Amino acid sequence: MSFRTRSVAFVSALVLLATACGPGTQPPAPTSAPAAPAKPTTAAAAAPTTAPAAPATTAAAPAVAISVSGPLADEAKSLNGAGATFPAPLYQKWFSEYVNVTQVQVNYQAIGSGGGIKGIQDQTVDFGASDAPMTDEQLAGAKGGELYHIPTALGAIVPTYNLPTVKSKLKFTGETLEGIFLGTIQKWNDPKLLADNPDLANLNEDIVVVHRSDGSGTTFGFTDYLSTVSPEWQQKVGKATSVNWPTGLGGSGNSGVAGEVQQNPNSIGYVELIYAVQNNMGYGMVKNKAGKFIEPSLDSVTGAAAASAGNIPADLRFSIVDAPGDGSYPISTATWLLLYKNIPDQPKAVALTRLAWWATHEAQKFNKDLAYATVPEALNAKSEQFIKQITSNDKPAFPGR
Amino acid sequence: MASLVRAPADRAAPLGVLGSGGNRGDRVFEAVVSAIAACVPLLLIGIIVLLLLDALPAFLRFGGAFLTQTTWDPVQEKFGAAAYMYGTVVTSLIALLLAAPVGVGCALFIAEYAPLWMRAPVSFLIELLAAIPSIIYGLWGFFILAPLMRGAIEPFLKSAVGPLPVVGALFSGPAVGRDLLVAGVILSIMILPTITAVSREILRAVPDTQREGMLALGATKWETIRKAVLPYARSGIVGAAILGLARALGETMAVTMVIGNSSTQIRASLFTPGYTMASAIANQFTEADKEIYFSAIVAVALVLLAVAAAMNILARLLVWSVARGPRPTA
Repeated sequence: MSFRTRSVAFVSALVLLATACGPGTQPPAPTSAPAAPAKPTTAAAAAPTTAPAAPATTAAAPAVAISVSGPLADEAKSLNGAGATFPAPLYQKWFSEYVNVTQVQVNYQAIGSGGGIKGIQDQTVDFGASDAPMTDEQLAGAKGGELYHIPTALGAIVPTYNLPTVKSKLKFTGETLEGIFLGTIQKWNDPKLLADNPDLANLNEDIVVVHRSDGSGTTFGFTDYLSTVSPEWQQKVGKATSVNWPTGLGGSGNSGVAGEVQQNPNSIGYVELIYAVQNNMGYGMVKNKAGKFIEPSLDSVTGAAAASAGNIPADLRFSIVDAPGDGSYPISTATWLLLYKNIPDQPKAVALTRLAWWATHEAQKFNKDLAYATVPEALNAKSEQFIKQITSNDKPAFPGR
Repeated sequence: MASLVRAPADRAAPLGVLGSGGNRGDRVFEAVVSAIAACVPLLLIGIIVLLLLDALPAFLRFGGAFLTQTTWDPVQEKFGAAAYMYGTVVTSLIALLLAAPVGVGCALFIAEYAPLWMRAPVSFLIELLAAIPSIIYGLWGFFILAPLMRGAIEPFLKSAVGPLPVVGALFSGPAVGRDLLVAGVILSIMILPTITAVSREILRAVPDTQREGMLALGATKWETIRKAVLPYARSGIVGAAILGLARALGETMAVTMVIGNSSTQIRASLFTPGYTMASAIANQFTEADKEIYFSAIVAVALVLLAVAAAMNILARLLVWSVARGPRPTA
């Protein structure tokens, strides 16, 4: 370990740091395309294919009949995407399946939502991915024109805690969560917590608050919820992928927060549901808009999305926190693919629209196994409209199969 | 490490001899290695220029307040790096205070006391500490050191030192085991091999005539070390400590895992969860989705680079001053 090597190591670390903001594009991995029988049709109402998964009913709505399968001749054989880390394990599974379906190789780099947004703005990737919808300002900065948000998966965020002496499941409300994370509720036997959790009466201990130290979609979902239920939070802290936390410790990643909570008695943090389940950690129920305490689950998140489908903005830049409906779990996060409305490169446009269609339909069946909630039908129907509106050289790009 | 203390070679003479030889192979080789050598400074310049360009929006918008404000609020787009700078400085100083005496002690043992057969294995073991990847220090800190600090050492410090005036403030508040003190302790272990290795070389560079002269005057071993060896090596040992400090300033991964990653307060207590510049950058840049946010993070990197570079330059100057020859005070 000489001084020189150390300096060089330091310098190269900075190089990495400085360059990591721009996603590197991988060289395309060309796959030989077997002769495809037909050119893609440009009409949306194409004849249904005979894929085994889809029932071959000609009269049914296209939503049921259209199924993406098999390679197409004039389709790009490789796509590059980058962005959100939250859906990265899901996308990895998806894209390894997708290459079998269409022989299109999708390279996805989980560099973070910020990087994904930057990448699609600068057109250095074919599609972006983000855990937070793009802001108007960010949309205005997109060099390729109008962008579509296509939701692909939902996740439940749960308050998880380490209370060795308490056996019952805790119940939280927006008010108590806000107080804990603002630092105004400092003891576990605070009267506000006692109101729903009488078992905490003898727990005169300081609450150790744990939050994410890195920017993350999980933080966005959690702070989005707190901002929605609490004007004070909205004003003091706000919602973002990373915020100025008034109190607490920071852990890196869901696993970092889970680790901190497990190590610190009397602590509370927030993680994606799967991390609390996998680590056998206690997690609480949260009171929803209808006044019911709801156990977090994938179904109760999909339920929340379905219940709010009516109020979701047309551009799908939605938030489903504090959703109406008796069974809706109130703290959730969504993740989106970001696609340009107009994609001049025709083969890429074909490949991207087919990928987006597959992602919002056939691919959804993989979500649950990997602990992601599925996107409700009502939202997928809206995504379908977007996919059909994507054009290449003034013609609809989606081949309908 | 040997290259550190060797006096800079006089390059003019050998180069002149080779150059005048006129052998084409030599000239080609010289051109190639010169080009390769030129890449390194160019790389450094490139990095600095890039950092400056990216950091410019943040410096223009926040000016001097960037270095004095502690608010780091990505939502409101208010950025001040003072809390990060404070965390970096405090953890590095703790590391230095803990590691310097131990490191110099080890070096003295190896250079002056250890039997010859023992010197190599002891040096090797200490330098092996430098070969441990920092993430492993981080995991060890997370799972072993932090619970130990929280459960035993911090409560002890709190009860023993806490009631005292002034210094007591350093050890107040709840001990959660994720704080500036734990980060400093981890760092001290990480910089120990640097300080030991450089100090050992410095002590070896002290001419034996110094020791012989002192011994000839009837001095004991301890008196020889105290009066003849240490004063001669003093500035070099300070340089070794600063090299260690420079390593501590830039250390990221291990610190991130135990420091608590909380930027909200600058408090006297070492039990406060903190944040260093390096861990702030590592944690936040992936999701820095606004231009000014990204720029602020790059600005932190630039400040860190400036501090680390200044420390390294200072250390090298001090080390060289020993290697160049005898000092009048000795």
